[in-house]
Amino acid sequence: MSDKIIKNLKHTLTIPAQFKNLNKVRGFVKKFARKAGFSEADSYKIQLAVDEACSNIIEHAYTGGNTGEIVCGCDYNDEELIIQLVDFGQSFDPERVESPNLDSSLKDRKTGGLGLYFIHQLMDEVNFTIVPNADSLKKPGYVNRPGNVLIMVKHRPKPV
Amino acid sequence: MEINTTQYKRCELVKVSGRVDSFTAPKLGDVLNEITQNGKYNLVLEMSDVEYVSSAGLRVMIDVQKICKQLNKGEVVLVKVPKRIFETLELAGFVPLFRFFDNITEAVGNF
Repeated sequence: MSDKIIKNLKHTLTIPAQFKNLNKVRGFVKKFARKAGFSEADSYKIQLAVDEACSNIIEHAYTGGNTGEIVCGCDYNDEELIIQLVDFGQSFDPERVESPNLDSSLKDRKTGGLGLYFIHQLMDEVNFTIVPNADSLKKPGYVNRPGNVLIMVKHRPKPV
Repeated sequence: MEINTTQYKRCELVKVSGRVDSFTAPKLGDVLNEITQNGKYNLVLEMSDVEYVSSAGLRVMIDVQKICKQLNKGEVVLVKVPKRIFETLELAGFVPLFRFFDNITEAVGNF
């Protein structure tokens, strides 16, 4: 899966990690989802997954006033659409996020972990890695900082 | 996102339009909390013009449902939920936690 890390991305969008920019990222991935032949319904799912991932980065990676940027890269080949999100905030271990209990009563219902659960449900492949030189994924020649890389893959619809 | 509220005798109608994400959801939370803080716990959420809801929006909806249903004070019901939004509610396992109506008259009349 890590072989899917995209270097020298042709199509990237860099945004300050703020909730007000979620709309921009959704618009960016929507464009590529449509180009790759996904239906409106699947494009919605892809946008939702990317929104949840960016929201988690803003809330957890750049926590406590620690601001930064999110680099969103998109690419597709014959088989799949690949979306790569890079941030330079606090790393996180997805294994430690508790899965939501989808059957508990209203009183006991917890809503934490829902974003990550959505990402896994909506995309076909999801992979989190920490790389020592994440800047190189953005543009060659940058100072190299370690960063978190999230890769999400959605298989393209088969032509009928 | 836009929010319009209308007071009825037995309930409050809240029409939400546009996109509810981590940026806009807190505003929806503020409006709904203000209603419950004024002692009104019967809420009709009209969602026909909602284009998008992320888990941040779902959290707001479940939080206000918890407040309203606490001690059987009231209930939040949902009206005209678009297909995609319903699918997101399904994905989160929230469908059994709300009642759904196809039109406002029925929803308002149920209180």
